[in-house]
Amino acid sequence: MHEAMVAQNLLEKISEEAAKQNAKPISAKISCGKLYAINDEALRFAFKAIAQDTMCESMKLKIEHKTIQAHCKNCDLDFDIEFSQPACPNCGGDNFELLPDAPLMLEEIEFQEG
Amino acid sequence: MKKINVGKKILSANEQYALNNSKLLNEKKVLCLNMISSPGSGKTTILTRTINELKGKIKIGVIEGDIQTDLDAQRIRATEAPVVQINTEGACHLSAAQVASALENLPVDGLDLIFIENVGNLVCPSAFELGENGKIVVLSVAEGDDKPAKYPTIFAKSKVLLINKIDLPSAQMDFDIERVKTDARKLNKAIEIFPISAKTGQSMNDWYKWLLKAAENQLSQK
Repeated sequence: MHEAMVAQNLLEKISEEAAKQNAKPISAKISCGKLYAINDEALRFAFKAIAQDTMCESMKLKIEHKTIQAHCKNCDLDFDIEFSQPACPNCGGDNFELLPDAPLMLEEIEFQEG
Repeated sequence: MKKINVGKKILSANEQYALNNSKLLNEKKVLCLNMISSPGSGKTTILTRTINELKGKIKIGVIEGDIQTDLDAQRIRATEAPVVQINTEGACHLSAAQVASALENLPVDGLDLIFIENVGNLVCPSAFELGENGKIVVLSVAEGDDKPAKYPTIFAKSKVLLINKIDLPSAQMDFDIERVKTDARKLNKAIEIFPISAKTGQSMNDWYKWLLKAAENQLSQK
């Protein structure tokens, strides 16, 4: 349940932006690489618990999972990798390296008008 | 409805602490390894044997992460290596801020190598950089040979895989060591794999050699 710490940090980031905008946040979009192993349900549950009694408590979270990319050294090609079938889609080989995972990002926030 | 683009890293606070830890350790030329596994895979036993066997060759300190108790720190203390215990009080992983305060309480200047023994958990610790030079994943044969396939993240991110408890009779464990090696290397070509028994000391030499070499490399780095 590392989602708890992610939720805590996310709430802090959203609260900072809300203070700047002086508006109530309604929803936020976040993205993360799949290697972060973020479970949507666990993250929403943790966020709801942590955001209780704050202006963020009824916020909706949209969570985008970014695929893991690998680089095939045979073909000099970057591709989306599936861990169930780790192979280059071009040559079918396994001479590849995983590329760094996409970071956990707070992408955008929607605020209530007025 | 007003929408704004933010584009900020959610874990930036942790990353900043990790960066500071890494800077400090590199300045002091201390190698730092973050050890991650399920509970009960033998991390502490690996550490106590490694510390005892490498006494006189390399100075090792330990940061122990556990949800509760200082039982592991006591075991490390018995080897006379400096140790700091962190109790996470429920959290399933260490954070870089916790490691930063632990480093303040370790005699870093006199050390060549610091092991961070993370909280026993095969998933959560892999999401949080602590400022280490590399991750060591431990898998014991009693846990089953399907773990790299089922928990790919930590195997993809680790420099070394220690397959522990190979003294247990393999027929009873249903553990195909070749399957583990193949599955781990599919995720991570460069991963070093050492099958060991920390309890009996069997096949530990290659692991020690790797460690001494890694510590030497860190020492010679500017």
